[in-house]
Amino acid sequence: MSADAHHLSGHGQDTHDPHAHSEGGHGTVKGYVTGFVLSVILTVIPFWLVMGNVLDNSLVTTLVILALGGVQMVVHVVYFLHMSTKSEGGWTFMALIFTITLVAIMLSGSVWVMYHLNHNMMPMDAHDVMNNAR
Amino acid sequence: MFANLDLQQLILGRFTIEQIPYHEPILQATFAGVAVVGLAVLGVITYFRFWGPMWRDWITSIDHKKIGIMYCIFALVMLLRGFADAILMRSQQAIAFGSEQGFLPPHHYDQIFTAHGMIMIFFVAMPFVTGLMNFAVPLQIGARDVAFPFLNNFSFWMTVAGGILVMVSLFVGEFSRATWLAYPPLSEASMSPGVGVDYYIWALQIAGIGTLLSGINLIATIVKMRAPGMTMMKLPIFVWSSLCTNILIVAAFPILTAVLAMLSLDRYVGTHFFTNDLGGNAMLYFNLIWIWGHPEVYILILPAFGVFSEITSTFCGKRLFGYTSMVYALVVITILAYLVWLHHFFTMGSGADVNSFFGITTMIISIPTGAKIFNWMFTMYRGRIRFEVPMLWVVAFIVTFVIGGMTGVLLAVPPADFVLHNSLFLIAHFHNVIIGGVLFGMFAGVTFWFPKAFGFKLDEFWGKMALVFWVSGFYVAFMPLYVLGLMGVTRRMQHFDDPSLQIWFVIAACGAALIACGIASQIIMFVVSIRNREKLRDLTGDPWGGRTLEWSTSSPPPDYNFAFTPVVHDSDAWWDMKNRGFDRPLKGYRPIHMPKNTATGAILAALNFTFGLAMVWYVWWLAALSFVAIFVVAIAHTFNYNRDYYIPADTVSRTEGQRTRELEMA
Repeated sequence: MSADAHHLSGHGQDTHDPHAHSEGGHGTVKGYVTGFVLSVILTVIPFWLVMGNVLDNSLVTTLVILALGGVQMVVHVVYFLHMSTKSEGGWTFMALIFTITLVAIMLSGSVWVMYHLNHNMMPMDAHDVMNNAR
Repeated sequence: MFANLDLQQLILGRFTIEQIPYHEPILQATFAGVAVVGLAVLGVITYFRFWGPMWRDWITSIDHKKIGIMYCIFALVMLLRGFADAILMRSQQAIAFGSEQGFLPPHHYDQIFTAHGMIMIFFVAMPFVTGLMNFAVPLQIGARDVAFPFLNNFSFWMTVAGGILVMVSLFVGEFSRATWLAYPPLSEASMSPGVGVDYYIWALQIAGIGTLLSGINLIATIVKMRAPGMTMMKLPIFVWSSLCTNILIVAAFPILTAVLAMLSLDRYVGTHFFTNDLGGNAMLYFNLIWIWGHPEVYILILPAFGVFSEITSTFCGKRLFGYTSMVYALVVITILAYLVWLHHFFTMGSGADVNSFFGITTMIISIPTGAKIFNWMFTMYRGRIRFEVPMLWVVAFIVTFVIGGMTGVLLAVPPADFVLHNSLFLIAHFHNVIIGGVLFGMFAGVTFWFPKAFGFKLDEFWGKMALVFWVSGFYVAFMPLYVLGLMGVTRRMQHFDDPSLQIWFVIAACGAALIACGIASQIIMFVVSIRNREKLRDLTGDPWGGRTLEWSTSSPPPDYNFAFTPVVHDSDAWWDMKNRGFDRPLKGYRPIHMPKNTATGAILAALNFTFGLAMVWYVWWLAALSFVAIFVVAIAHTFNYNRDYYIPADTVSRTEGQRTRELEMA
């Protein structure tokens, strides 16, 4: 695949869009080490929280772990996938934002729609009644 | 005896000779017809010794122009199949009243409306759209091919493999009877135990891979391979519409793949995603498939909008009115397309909150669409309009599409939809926008770019005949359905009891006959144009007074499209170049680096077809074998380093010299 891309951008290499060659950058050792250290820290904290029983409230623990998971994703995307607002002339970042927007629309929309499913329907059996009484 | 049966099952799966429906008279006639026509085609190919050139220049070709042309031919062939289904339905509904049962039993009729809808969307409209984008986009942005030429060939053959799988279902086994979106629980194994739904699933999964890959390909092409100076706001509007369409494809098609995969898990291994019992929920299927399905509507219409924009500004001799607003309208439609899916199932039972949200978003989406209509009309306003055939299609589109849009807004009102849902009003509405929008757009695009693709124009008289018959046929066929829908007649009926409705169906059948004349005119148009090609020859490469870069090349363009990559200063780049007295560079040619043809795409698609067929018939050994073979061939292809070559400067110089002579002759 990358071979194909290389050949084709090779076509008009003398004259084509100058952006075509501004590669996303393949990262530096420093970047990978920073990412690695951050990931380890972000992984160790949840383990410590659960195994050491640090917080009394398990709901709070869950929320903290979820939040750290979210940060972990950002760390991976930035340090390992080299996502930045500048790579590929901003196209990768824009694609990411677009994807996040669409996935959010689809997930939240589906949950909302399916939750509302039987709103206008007459209860049909015990199972439905139970669902509606929820 | 049992051992014998098991062996047969092991080798042929659930296929038995009784599965070939040779006992039905309609199918017998079809078999005979297909056999005769097929043999005739094979005979002609053999007689003209066309097998070699066909393999070398077309099947293995990775030239985006040829692939685009093949997509369009495939779409036209499948249009004949889909239209044959339409004629059958219209005539059945025109006669099946009261004691008269018509000529199609329900079992057969249900297969026909399923096949009609599925073929017309996936194997007519989609390949048409992809074909035009493939042909025109690289030329319009001044590129020599798409970003991934091999992938392009592979995508095309995957689409064809899916199409062939649907066609095979006509002769071996049966097709799905579960409507064009295969709604569960009807499409579940308990209700549709036969092979029909499996044919449907595998045809779509295979063709879907092709669509997705070609979407990725064209996005990469548009983002990475524009000519120098062509910033995003100088893109021809057709390229913008293609970009939006392909973004929609890449974001939406994985949902279709996933939802069909879940349905096949239900059917093959007994999961309960969408079943009625054991925790399954059929409405989840509706929800998911329409998250794909609504963007799909815009995937089809946006390129048509692009075609209309190009044609309007070309034939009015004016810059497109409101270019910027056109671009923003496209982008807004791209986003909003993901916010309206529930309007396809307002009646499923959700509350007022959900229904009004989706009703309002649906109405909002008509605003950018309306803005586009005004842009086209303001482009025409005080333009020097040349009413040639492509422009006539645009006018037919504007009038027809506005009616379809208005009935669409009507259907977006949830209380109205409760009355009209699944009625013939809905059928009339979406045929109104798909025929009046997508199909007219594709016909306009074919007439517009045909001289670019083949070097001669299409016959004008027969083009106009086709237009007259298609437009009048559309109105006669579908306006009665609006009336019937308002009276409450539902869709997908094989037989009616109320004889007072019959006259409307008879009128609609007459409309279908008019459309048949339109299709016949188009076939005659192609034959007549090919016969008179010397008279219709276009030597300039710019027969319409075009505005975008594709018209700066010869007709047909050379393999490498542009000997020198053009430099762009204006959104109507070629118009700008002509006005500034552009001189074609006549020397200093350099060798041009091009990708080489390969058979891998066709081979992979054939293996995928085999895999699909084996899965449909439960021939597990063949499925496993072809599945492994797909991976072996795909991996082996990555070791093929012999995939590019240089067109020598001499050849370029000769080709361009020929072009210079043609320009002098013209």
